[in-house]
Amino acid sequence: MAQSQGWMKKYFKSFCKGFFVTVPVAVTFLDQVACVARVEGASMQPSLNPGGSQTSDVVLLNHWKVRNFQVQRGDIVSLVSPKNPGQKIIKRVIALEGDIIRTMGHKNRYVKVPRGHIWVEGDHHGHSFDSNSFGPGSNSGSCACDAGGRTTEVSLGLLHAHATHILWPPERWQKLESVLPPERSPVPSEEE
Amino acid sequence: MLRGALGKTFRLAGYTIQYGCIAHCAFEYVGGVVMCSGPSMEPTIQNSDIVFAENLSRHFHGIQRGDIVIAKSPSDPKSNICKRVIGLEGDKVLTTSPSDFFKSHSYVPTGHVWLEGDNLQNSTDSRFYGPIPYGLIRGRIFFKIWPLSDFGFLRDSPNGHRFSDN
Repeated sequence: MAQSQGWMKKYFKSFCKGFFVTVPVAVTFLDQVACVARVEGASMQPSLNPGGSQTSDVVLLNHWKVRNFQVQRGDIVSLVSPKNPGQKIIKRVIALEGDIIRTMGHKNRYVKVPRGHIWVEGDHHGHSFDSNSFGPGSNSGSCACDAGGRTTEVSLGLLHAHATHILWPPERWQKLESVLPPERSPVPSEEE
Repeated sequence: MLRGALGKTFRLAGYTIQYGCIAHCAFEYVGGVVMCSGPSMEPTIQNSDIVFAENLSRHFHGIQRGDIVIAKSPSDPKSNICKRVIGLEGDKVLTTSPSDFFKSHSYVPTGHVWLEGDNLQNSTDSRFYGPIPYGLIRGRIFFKIWPLSDFGFLRDSPNGHRFSDN
């Protein structure tokens, strides 16, 4: 009887030791290095979710690349939604700080992207339905990203990760290219 | 002998990674000690005061009017700002000084907060750069550790009239 109790105590001790090693390391890895997310919504068609609601793409999100807030025009990035802090949105970077960009929409005007901000847009310009909302309860090791909504300028501090590859479904395995649609390149300023 | 040294190095690296990750999780999800600099929160927080910040409230959307928060600066994501929350989304905030004759109000948009420093004369805050997204908030400051003469929970805002009337 005493022998089995000693065995259980040893087991419990080594379980706790293992738990306090693996959980912080795993959480730190998913927060700082890379994680995986399923994309919902259609505003990044045709790059992401071309099948609509039938199949959602799963993308690899690389946190490490954006740890110094370095992004290029054309990158697909995920960020915390400025309208709903509990939700992540996934969009393409169109312009960096200091660029002058022509906004597409009902007001066709020129905007200069302020310091510390970037201009992001979905690839599907015709689409304008509201974002679905996900609560933190739907995340479990991976985060769900939404691709609904319109164009907006966002603070760089909201940057979450750089989406580099599509991992699922297998027929859509690919590296996401950082291409800027030619009609969305920034307007050259007079000084250049 | 080389194998012994290599084994020791790996073990050291393993412990460093393990404790580094525990520290990261603690700072990110629980809280930590922060040193504040700048005059914009005087007299509540002076330059070089050390305070205790907790990061649980922002995950549970527990940030309220009157809380002092640390947030990423909207114009420089690598630096942090420390201000008081004056208005939450939907609140009506005064965007001009109360001594101005023509007062202008605006409403805080969804998902944003309006921040102001306690030292209104010497603070660059939402009156300058507008409301900031809630997602930029890193944590809530609630306790001062240093200097010991001011040890304890932080006072309420000395500028009570800035809060929106119900």
